[in-house]
Amino acid sequence: MPNAKPRQPVPGTTIFDGEQARKGYALNKMCYSFNDAANRAAFVANEDAYCAKYGLNAQQREAIRNRNVLQLIEAGGNAYYLAKFAGIFGLDMQDIGAQQTGMTKDEFKAKLLAAAR
Amino acid sequence: MARIVGAITTSHVPAIGGAIAKGLQQDPYWKPFFDGFPPARDWLAKVKPEIVVMVYNDHGLNFFLDKMPTFAIGAAGEYRNADEGWGIPTVKPFRGDPELSWHIIEKLVEDEFDVVSCQEMVVDHAFTLPMALCWPDQNWPVRTVPVVVNTVQAPLPSAARCYKLGNALARAIASWPKDERVVVMGTGGLSHQLDGERAGFINKEFDLKFMDSMVNDPAWATKYSTVELVELSGTQGVELLNWMVARGTLPEKVKKQHSNYHIPISNTATGMMVLEPAA
Repeated sequence: MPNAKPRQPVPGTTIFDGEQARKGYALNKMCYSFNDAANRAAFVANEDAYCAKYGLNAQQREAIRNRNVLQLIEAGGNAYYLAKFAGIFGLDMQDIGAQQTGMTKDEFKAKLLAAAR
Repeated sequence: MARIVGAITTSHVPAIGGAIAKGLQQDPYWKPFFDGFPPARDWLAKVKPEIVVMVYNDHGLNFFLDKMPTFAIGAAGEYRNADEGWGIPTVKPFRGDPELSWHIIEKLVEDEFDVVSCQEMVVDHAFTLPMALCWPDQNWPVRTVPVVVNTVQAPLPSAARCYKLGNALARAIASWPKDERVVVMGTGGLSHQLDGERAGFINKEFDLKFMDSMVNDPAWATKYSTVELVELSGTQGVELLNWMVARGTLPEKVKKQHSNYHIPISNTATGMMVLEPAA
């Protein structure tokens, strides 16, 4: 029998499939709620209570506490929903990119610029 | 008979909305991006569409993961924008055309595209920004039909399927009895990746080849699986599927009226094109 294709064939990349969608459902549902400014304020006012309301598991709670995007993805988070979480802290996509690649924001910006050459 | 007078494809990065709100169009960082649009506006002023069919992906404003349609068509009389989590000012509502929407839905299902119909729908930056770039005064002179493609949760529709959806949309529009001019927009891409250790991935060579294929070899990208497209263009670069739908609404031979490509806006390689059916 041929070897099955790996589920995640692209290095450094988690394709958000059914398995991730199931794993991350509560986390993404909480992030979806952040479309609403009142919910963002409620999260900031009492983070523990807000996470408990959405039933985050321990891994998800820890990743939220750490503001750590790679951990959030590992816990089933989807980029489009996580962007709403990042917005609460005024982080833009370059802040997020820098954090995930272990670069400073300036280094990350330079990496993007280099792609233009 | 309705007539598709052309297609506009463009990136739709949320930060563009922030730049518009702050009036940064001439700022050195933003200028190379915004400068792509005056020719598109001149073209629109010439072709005077009454309808925009907007092909895009929702980013978790209208759809959550509880229900994730592969293809959905708006059928509302009005579409409102709303806060997506960043508090960027919202834009004025867009007029819909429920009669045309239902005509398209009926024709697509007849054509074996079993789409989801949505009588209520809020529209996010992937819809509103291309409109605001084309009509900066935000007095929308067109009625709109949203076509939403799932680029969020795998399995995604293949590029081949998206291209065929475009073909079917063209047949549906051509059979609309009113004598109206239609522009199809396809938004998203080009190469970018927000998530993972590979964040910041941009592939200029692929993007330029893809833009060339829009003119000269429209089915080119259909040879790739969606996973291969992620590998080539990034986890969000795969939004180019929306371009494939828009391109599929045009005949094989097209005339490029205008194009622009710039790296980077936010984490994204931005592209835009204005295409017309070849005479």
